[in-house]
Amino acid sequence: MEKNFRNLISITDLSIEEIDHLIDVANDIVENPDEYIDICKGKKLATLFFEPSTRTRLSFEAAMLELGGSVLGFAGASSSSAAKGESVSDTVETVGCYADIIAMRHPKEGAPMVASRRTTVPIINAGDGGHFHPTQTLTDLLTIKRKKGELGNITLGLCGDLKFGRTVHSLIEAMLRYDNVKFVLIAPEELRVPEYIREELRKSGADWKEVESMEEVMHELDVLYMTRVQRERFFNEEDYARLKDTYILDLEKLETAKEDLTIMHPLPRVNEISVKVDDDPRACYFYQALCGKHIRMALILNLLGIK
Amino acid sequence: MNIDGVTTGIVLDHIKAGKGIKIYNYLHLDKLSCSVAMLQNVKSSKYGKKDIIKIDELIELDYEMLGYIDSNITVNFVKDGRLLKKEHLDLPETLTDIIQCKNPRCITSIEQEIEHVFKLVDREKKTYRCAYCDVEHKEYK
Ligand SMILES: [Zn+2]
Repeated sequence: MEKNFRNLISITDLSIEEIDHLIDVANDIVENPDEYIDICKGKKLATLFFEPSTRTRLSFEAAMLELGGSVLGFAGASSSSAAKGESVSDTVETVGCYADIIAMRHPKEGAPMVASRRTTVPIINAGDGGHFHPTQTLTDLLTIKRKKGELGNITLGLCGDLKFGRTVHSLIEAMLRYDNVKFVLIAPEELRVPEYIREELRKSGADWKEVESMEEVMHELDVLYMTRVQRERFFNEEDYARLKDTYILDLEKLETAKEDLTIMHPLPRVNEISVKVDDDPRACYFYQALCGKHIRMALILNLLGIK
Repeated sequence: MNIDGVTTGIVLDHIKAGKGIKIYNYLHLDKLSCSVAMLQNVKSSKYGKKDIIKIDELIELDYEMLGYIDSNITVNFVKDGRLLKKEHLDLPETLTDIIQCKNPRCITSIEQEIEHVFKLVDREKKTYRCAYCDVEHKEYK
């Protein structure tokens, strides 16, 4: 099938130049909002969420509405045709007749790829199981760029569950493409990054290290990316209880941090960042959600061939 | 190259010893009405031992599948008792519906009648990854 438009299935579908372009457009949206108010008038975004993720879906819908377009879709497999046994291919081929662009989340890995083979409408992967979630990575890159001015020349700390967190793996892979990024991986032994990530770090020649406590490296960091340490990842309750406090960020641990540290978190947070940190000017996780909307606006414009 | 017994047809040579029967089954040679011969453990100066399959008919071959099972196979085309041409196989870049993805989290595990597609990611190590979920296929090395 001939496709006029591209898709975003994996962050590696985008070159560094294309990511730079999306970031430029996202920044222009903030600087010249009037230009974008009606830019997608008459265009429709379909959000096909075969599994619920309210946060991601709202971000996509807000992005399209702010561009003057409209949205349709479903959330949760029980309310959709998938519950009646309809395939991804059939759903997408049908929705392709109604919408100009599709953002899709599915519990099965590779589902957006299947979708992209069956419709000429651009497909955005809004998360496919534990596989990819490229708009989260774009969100993280835009946040770092806006806060630090560039994507290279920083010390990036990643803390918490580095083993199962795909967000962290994608961010490391994306940041490895920039110059002079130092990676500090903060995790208990049980939750360290998988071997393939370690292999990529070795091959890249980047400066990186693995540590078990936040305190010993806090003063070095320009960006601290927090993730949740989940109870179900541990074999026993004792290990969980022993480790969970080590990976909770509070004001005390921030005492040695740089004045301009950027604290990030993909959200939702449970307890891994103390609520008291929210008022600290270094807390950027809600700002990150705003960046998520801006980069999705830029992405929609790009895939629709408008900008 | 011994093409005895084949007038017009195909001789698959240099098959790794023991894989002949696998190829015989994959190509459904038992369904053919022409004469088919499979030689096992033939002495070879190059490989020590090899299998050979002789088919006395010019049938359609699935090169993708043959190349995947054994990329060292030589395919000889015979016409009127003479060797017409020789082809060497290679590991294919893509495999379509030859192997199945075993990842239970992969969309191919639930989507109806979907093509199972694998991409060659490392020629030396013969590594194939599912085009959908990127999980490596481990069964065959
Ligand atoms: Zn798969």
